[in-house]
Amino acid sequence: MKVVIVGAGPAGLAAALAARAHGASVTLLDAADEPGGQYWRHLPPERPSANERILHHGWQRFTAMRRALEADAGCEIVMGAQVWAIERSDAPAQARTEAPMPAAPVVVHVLVGPPDGTGRAGRTFRPDALVLATGAHDRTLPFPGWDLPGVFTAGAAQAFAKGERVAVGQRVVIAGAGPFLLPVAASLVATGARVLGVFEASRIAGLVRGWLPKPWQLIGAAKKGGELAGYVGTHLRHRIPYATGRAVIAAHGTDRVEAVTVARVDANWRPVPGTEQRIAADAVCVSHGFTPRLELPIAAGCAISSSRFVEVDEAQQSSVAGVYAAGEITGIGGVDAALVEGELAGHCAAGGSPGDPEVRRAAKARTTFTGFAARIEAAHGIRRGWTAWLDDDTLVCRCEEVPYGRFRETAAQTCGSGLRSMKLTTRAGLGICQGRVCGGTVEELIGGGPETAAGGLLDQRGVAATTDRRPIASPVRLGELAGGIGPTEPTEPHLSKPTVQKGHQ
Amino acid sequence: MAARLLPASSDPIRPSGATPLAISLDGETVAGVAGQTIAGVVLASGRLAWRRTSADGRPRGLFCGIGVCFDCIVTVNGERDVRACQRRAADGDVVEIQHDALPEVRP
Ligand SMILES: Cc1cc2nc3c(=O)[nH]c(=O)nc-3n(C[C@H](O)[C@H](O)[C@H](O)COP(=O)(O)OP(=O)(O)OC[C@H]3O[C@@H](n4cnc5c(N)ncnc54)[C@H](O)[C@@H]3O)c2cc1C
Ligand code: FES
Repeated sequence: MKVVIVGAGPAGLAAALAARAHGASVTLLDAADEPGGQYWRHLPPERPSANERILHHGWQRFTAMRRALEADAGCEIVMGAQVWAIERSDAPAQARTEAPMPAAPVVVHVLVGPPDGTGRAGRTFRPDALVLATGAHDRTLPFPGWDLPGVFTAGAAQAFAKGERVAVGQRVVIAGAGPFLLPVAASLVATGARVLGVFEASRIAGLVRGWLPKPWQLIGAAKKGGELAGYVGTHLRHRIPYATGRAVIAAHGTDRVEAVTVARVDANWRPVPGTEQRIAADAVCVSHGFTPRLELPIAAGCAISSSRFVEVDEAQQSSVAGVYAAGEITGIGGVDAALVEGELAGHCAAGGSPGDPEVRRAAKARTTFTGFAARIEAAHGIRRGWTAWLDDDTLVCRCEEVPYGRFRETAAQTCGSGLRSMKLTTRAGLGICQGRVCGGTVEELIGGGPETAAGGLLDQRGVAATTDRRPIASPVRLGELAGGIGPTEPTEPHLSKPTVQKGHQ
Repeated sequence: MAARLLPASSDPIRPSGATPLAISLDGETVAGVAGQTIAGVVLASGRLAWRRTSADGRPRGLFCGIGVCFDCIVTVNGERDVRACQRRAADGDVVEIQHDALPEVRP
């Protein structure tokens, strides 16, 4: 049994261990040059330190998982491995019909080498089972001035604090929505920055509605008690103001951020006039939630739910037999959910069943997290009123520089002719990021959005159009396409010693 | 004030060593330490922007920090469109700012 796992974050690492424990040979691929994913992003080996664990939760668990996999000859770890396409090797309609355990009907194309390099080596896999654990990235809503240097996603601040010990600014405002804003504030403080305030758009009433029916899910069941208490401690010690029902509605400056405007917002996130407050800052970090990285599951043919996550069964198997999914791509549930989902996915991909005693604890824990993602969404989910803080010059699409005014005019002229033609006319979503940053925004502004996307936004062939469909998951250079694609190889590591390939070196 | 690399002496994680490196950015020498990304080296030198957009000539630098937005692209040793937040800096790297039209996504 050969299992290929894409993503070496919490979900992918747990999947690799479980698949090995059940006897499969494993290839673990990640585009980054260090395992750990977003949660355990850390300093590279060139920068050793005595006490890095204080920047992390669950650091011991991470280092133990990593050591076990690195020492295991049955697990090949390939870092610097960009999966740039997944091809179906059958007709999609055949999915999930055949007898006992057919091989996953997919071909996985990988380029190994320095990010965006010219001479990366191609590798191709046809695994028996595929586990996708590609995680998520920040979703940041546009606001006037959001394209100024000094405006970052909250994830960028987190990545550079943990991965480089660089604070993105010295006087920093953090804003947006969701529990993720707290660890970002804590990391910035631990990197020598002053956090002037954390502004959560959801109001207390919304937070209570989201969490009150089962408040223990926020603290107890999510095992986040210690972690949350730690953030609260940091906030108290450093006197970081935390305000709910407030949003950064503009950033000011000419060539860089010099100040932001923070305003109260109503329950629908519409700014309340007269409540604006200007705060001088040299950096602002904004995240309104996460967008799952769905291009690979979509390319593999996996069914995507109306709320835009990979649909999985109790074995973490997607609608495509042999293709499993775990972690943030199946719902934004945090690291603990990612770990148990990964364990189940790896175990089942290796031929196990979710009822097996080895995974009983994980199966039980997963039921605890069921609904956790829905609760985060209920408490912190984006509300439609945010569009009131846009002005005509606010860029909707950063790559193609499409301002809201032009976008709206086109929408009015073409009378809501759908996502595809809006994109072609305005070029919003057609830039080099392939709509990763603005996709959700573009869908929402023309009246779609996750809830109605399946019914509301049809492209010319009548297929539900979303901005997540990207057959090429990452830009590839023509030279690499022509010369660098390797022959299909068995995934069985044919080496007797542990294999850790660092594509970046 | 701007982005800053936390000095090792005041870092609570007690760093035990780092190797200095230098890259050139449009001919100017910028110092960093081994293991930093190009974006990390440039940011910590006090620069927030290293690209101008094609349509309006607006300054851009780091935005998503994890390889998703492509705002941070530069030319490295002659290779265009390299995401500065993803590529580790190597001593002697020649980094050039891209002023030209936005590259198309390559099929
Ligand atoms: C920048 C950022 C920082 C975060 N920091 C925190 C935090 O401090 N605390 C917290 O509670 N939560 C944090 N989160 C939320 C976080 O997503 C989860 O807590 C957790 O990391 C999810 O685990 P995962 O395994 O599902 O995905 P991830 O940890 O995101 O791992 C996915 C992995 O897949 C790889 N990958 C994706 N696509 C490809 C491809 N095409 N080819 C090859 N490899 C690929 C990525 O490189 C990545 O390593 C952060 C999220 C982001 C975006
Ligand atoms: S900052 Fe977004 S890709 Fe580098």
